[in-house]
Amino acid sequence: MTTATANASRWSRFRESFLWYSFKRDKVAIVSFVVFVLIAAAAFLAPLLAPHDPYDLATINIMNSELPPVWMDGSDPSFPLGTDAQGRDLLSTILYGTRVSLLIGFGAVILQAALGILFGLLAGYLGGRVDSILMRIADVQLSFSTLMVAIIVGAVFKASFGNLMFGEIAIYLLILIIGVAEWPQIARTVRASVLAEKKKEYVDAAKVMGYRTNRIMFRHILPNTLSPIFVIGTVQIANAIISEAALSFLGLGMPETQPSLGSLIKSGFDYIQSGSWWITLIPGLVLVVLVLVINLLGDWLRDVMNPRLYKG
Amino acid sequence: MNAPAKPLVEIRDLEKRFDLSGNFLEQLRFRNGRFTRHQEYVHAINGVNLEVQKGEALCVVGESGCGKSTVARTVMGLLSPSGGEIHYDGQRIDDLDGKTVLPYRRKMQMIFQNPYASLNPRMTIQQTLEEPIRFHHPDWNRQTVQDKVYDVMQSVGIDPDWGKRFGHEFSGGQRQRIAIARALAVDPEFIVADEPISALDVSIQAQVLNLMMDAQEDRGLTYLFITHDLSVVEHFGTRVAVMYLGTVCELADTKTLFDSPRHPYTQALLSAIPRLEDDRPNHIRLHGEVSTPVNLPSGCVFHGRCPYANERCRTEVPNLIATDGGAQVACHAVEEGRL
Repeated sequence: MTTATANASRWSRFRESFLWYSFKRDKVAIVSFVVFVLIAAAAFLAPLLAPHDPYDLATINIMNSELPPVWMDGSDPSFPLGTDAQGRDLLSTILYGTRVSLLIGFGAVILQAALGILFGLLAGYLGGRVDSILMRIADVQLSFSTLMVAIIVGAVFKASFGNLMFGEIAIYLLILIIGVAEWPQIARTVRASVLAEKKKEYVDAAKVMGYRTNRIMFRHILPNTLSPIFVIGTVQIANAIISEAALSFLGLGMPETQPSLGSLIKSGFDYIQSGSWWITLIPGLVLVVLVLVINLLGDWLRDVMNPRLYKG
Repeated sequence: MNAPAKPLVEIRDLEKRFDLSGNFLEQLRFRNGRFTRHQEYVHAINGVNLEVQKGEALCVVGESGCGKSTVARTVMGLLSPSGGEIHYDGQRIDDLDGKTVLPYRRKMQMIFQNPYASLNPRMTIQQTLEEPIRFHHPDWNRQTVQDKVYDVMQSVGIDPDWGKRFGHEFSGGQRQRIAIARALAVDPEFIVADEPISALDVSIQAQVLNLMMDAQEDRGLTYLFITHDLSVVEHFGTRVAVMYLGTVCELADTKTLFDSPRHPYTQALLSAIPRLEDDRPNHIRLHGEVSTPVNLPSGCVFHGRCPYANERCRTEVPNLIATDGGAQVACHAVEEGRL
């Protein structure tokens, strides 16, 4: 009963909030959100929507390879966007690949956020030596390019696990690599917010009450630092998807048997000169649109939640 | 003095320094061909002795930067003292750790200056008030906690039905009432109020002040009341401590202090109160600036601005000494009978 009313009031609060108001008035945000939801829904409903199962080798016929999309000569109507070099239906492969890309994007950002929030809170709230150590680690890590770290770690893993094993755990490895490589972004933002928040009197009031440090950090300060985390997190999802695509393009990401958008682009790249442009171009387009709408949503969130904040 | 034997809160030789010089690398200076380590401190409190008796409202007054808020925060354990001791009910509390200090957290509460910052913006009033009660009474059931919140909201004049709202939906005076409710929720004996009304509209100040006085009467509270508003002191305080540059220069009953201020600084301070019948103002004008708390003056901290200062004042630090009027004054001139 009480939770129901609390939820209802939370919903009505949201309906009256500036967030909802500015969303309704911002056409770019609405279009981006709709496109994002469509892509995400299609990707996660891939097993239901896709005409073929690209993971099922039994249904793939090599004779169907490099068929063009339906609007071109020589196409097969059962493959609306054509097929790739192995004869897989491109539409189905893109749907499954988008799912992989989104999973990696969200997974990596959740990992980043978990690490970043924890270390940022500790550094900002405890200060002193903890702060110095954590932030120097972050600085050192930021001084390497994310991609370079990911390439080295990915290559080491690939060499030590072997191709087959790597293929099975690739998705988790990519989440781990991208997540660990980018945590300083979030940690720095959280730390900056915590430094501002911990001077406020409600934190003193909590200390005077005798609450433990953990309780003050997570129950009192963290909720007040969430809005910049949301903004950065959104942009970081797009970044993570791009990083994954780049790694896959370099052959260090998802294997061909379980392609993400990046590895699809890569697999088609060899055939682009021979006229089969669609294998690369169509997944590339999906990737660009996906990243674009996420970034546009992130920009909108940034403007709404904190006009002073700038990424990084 | 007519003080009872055992004070509730006792502050002994309290000192608080804030380090200005940063970390070790920032302290290194290169001078005359050699590295020296350079450390600088703000001396916020320099040997404050105060006793708060049970049931009284001890007001601490002084100008900005004289260390009165630092005293409040140090007493509450928000800052750890650089020297000296704080005793509560005979027990030393400034060196207790997280667990052992917990019972004192319930007995000692604080009301803050800025009601716009002292309520967590992401918590409803209900949550703000429930949390301390649940925390200090983990064995209470839901209904008992709710009843307690209801009672305490009603006692500060906030409609208990407003519990679902957030702090920013209230006015400054209402927020300060809620902050008072939060402090009262754990049934404290002793409340430190750090300029609780200075951020409020004048018309609201009296309401909040009366609320605090009612609470004192109903619950037998003891206050340490930090303020710079002398008319509030006259209305509210049992005793007054006047601070200047981190030291107490005069400590007296409110009436004694306002009728016959002894310390030259107190005299100047009181003469500065604007009064309605004041057609020929006769303010005592102090010359010079307040010295910085970074480089404390030798001797009496007030000697640079004191019209009665002599050689002894420049070299020897005066101690609080009881005078025949009942006041305790830290002034060589008063002690020697020059003033």
